[in-house]
Amino acid sequence: MANEILQIHHLSKAFGHNIVLRDIDFTVEKGDVISIIGASGSGKSTLLRCINLLETPTSGEILYHGENVVGKKVNAPKYRSHVGMVFQSFNLFNNMTVLENCMVGQVQVLGRNKEDARKEAMYYLQKVGMAPYIHAKPRQISGGQKQRVAIARALAMNPEVLLFDEPTSALDPEMVGEVLSVMQTLAQEGMTMLVVTHEMAFARDVSSRVVYMNQGVICEQGAPQQIFGDPQRQETRDFLSRFRNA
Amino acid sequence: MNIFLNLARDIAELWQEYAGLYLTGIWNTLSLAVICTALGCIIGLLCGILNTIPYSKNDNILKRAVLKAIRVLIQIYVEVFRGTPMILQAVVIYYGLPYFTNYAMRFSNIWLCALLVVSINTGAYMAESVRGGIISIDPGQTEGAKAIGMTHWQTMLFVILPQALRNILPQIGNNLIINIKDTSVMSIIGFTEFFAVHKNVTGTTYLYFPSAAIEMAGYLTLTIVASFLLRMLEKKMDGSSSYELAEVDSLTMAAGTYKNPDKTNYFDERSREYKEDK
Repeated sequence: MANEILQIHHLSKAFGHNIVLRDIDFTVEKGDVISIIGASGSGKSTLLRCINLLETPTSGEILYHGENVVGKKVNAPKYRSHVGMVFQSFNLFNNMTVLENCMVGQVQVLGRNKEDARKEAMYYLQKVGMAPYIHAKPRQISGGQKQRVAIARALAMNPEVLLFDEPTSALDPEMVGEVLSVMQTLAQEGMTMLVVTHEMAFARDVSSRVVYMNQGVICEQGAPQQIFGDPQRQETRDFLSRFRNA
Repeated sequence: MNIFLNLARDIAELWQEYAGLYLTGIWNTLSLAVICTALGCIIGLLCGILNTIPYSKNDNILKRAVLKAIRVLIQIYVEVFRGTPMILQAVVIYYGLPYFTNYAMRFSNIWLCALLVVSINTGAYMAESVRGGIISIDPGQTEGAKAIGMTHWQTMLFVILPQALRNILPQIGNNLIINIKDTSVMSIIGFTEFFAVHKNVTGTTYLYFPSAAIEMAGYLTLTIVASFLLRMLEKKMDGSSSYELAEVDSLTMAAGTYKNPDKTNYFDERSREYKEDK
């Protein structure tokens, strides 16, 4: 039981009258690699943003190690520092170099000294293959490189869970591979990850669990073999058939 | 041709006699403009930051009320000082203070009053520029900062303001140049800046045009130098357009094969095989 990092109970989110998430329930355990798939507008990204409190859920609770993080008394920045996030549009800080991007959070949020932060940043930049580019500004590197730096930046905070919000959707096809291979390595090393993705091969081959979302609810979830090999729901079959024909 | 020779002679005469006055005037104008632009920027930054503190329906009523009140106050400040002439503001503040305190308080130092008026005026313009600069930064920057656990102040200080400042630098330059020229209205309260010198000098010499020519050349030199320096500053803030590749050991490969020897890799113990074995 102690392995559960996040438990989500009856989570709902509405923007005005538009209900985007209804009664979401699921659990993230240590070492899980969960792929969240589904059509555009099915609420996948909103779910991820709710988990990181970038959106405030309308109702329901998110338990982080058994403690509810939805509410007024919660120190949201502190919680967010344990839950890393990688965005579709990278969101690297444009006023800093690659290295500074990976250090600023460690120094300002975690209170590490500069030397330790630098070592930690270099370790992860090395890991994602961006160590030679530490002096570059974000505008000087390619999309795939930016995303790898963004992953290193998130990792340098030593998060317990890493959330990926369509990390390859804004990339040219030839750059998708380099980002996915970094993510695959992380998954194999046991990083707990939640990945919203349209890369079905990644969902099938890398993740330990696949969640299919449709119209704001979790329609079906299970092991990748089961979801891709023997989907139980008609909606899931319809959704996946579109990818098979492509 | 004769006229120009005359002019040159008059200017030379004026300069010989009153160079010290003109130079003091230039110095006063320049220092007032620079200090007030800097103070105005600080006022503008504060207003801009206070104006953009986010609040949501979930925050408690006190926080929302305070933030709302701050926004209204800043709005009033901006409208009043942007919407009235600086020359009147100077008069109102300079003569208003003793009037309202029954002559118990008054500005003992004309510098203080001039600094106050021009800074507050610049601040009102800068408040809107800063707000615009902050709004113009991609919301993704804020989200990226929030996602690594930064607070609102940290996000502002390290991510948003450096970028917003770069974006509003042309606006700051504009304000500096406007201040160099518009501090001339401070002569109304007896502040001896560059233009006041012209009034004093022509009062005794009646050489209106030659003195005005000196003033024109002086102001133009100041503003051109200012805009040149600001261009340089902008270039410097943009940084180098190229970057050096860092030297790394080419044998350490990307994505995972590299292990840092003096550090226990915190992924190791949680690898999936390990979990399944258990």
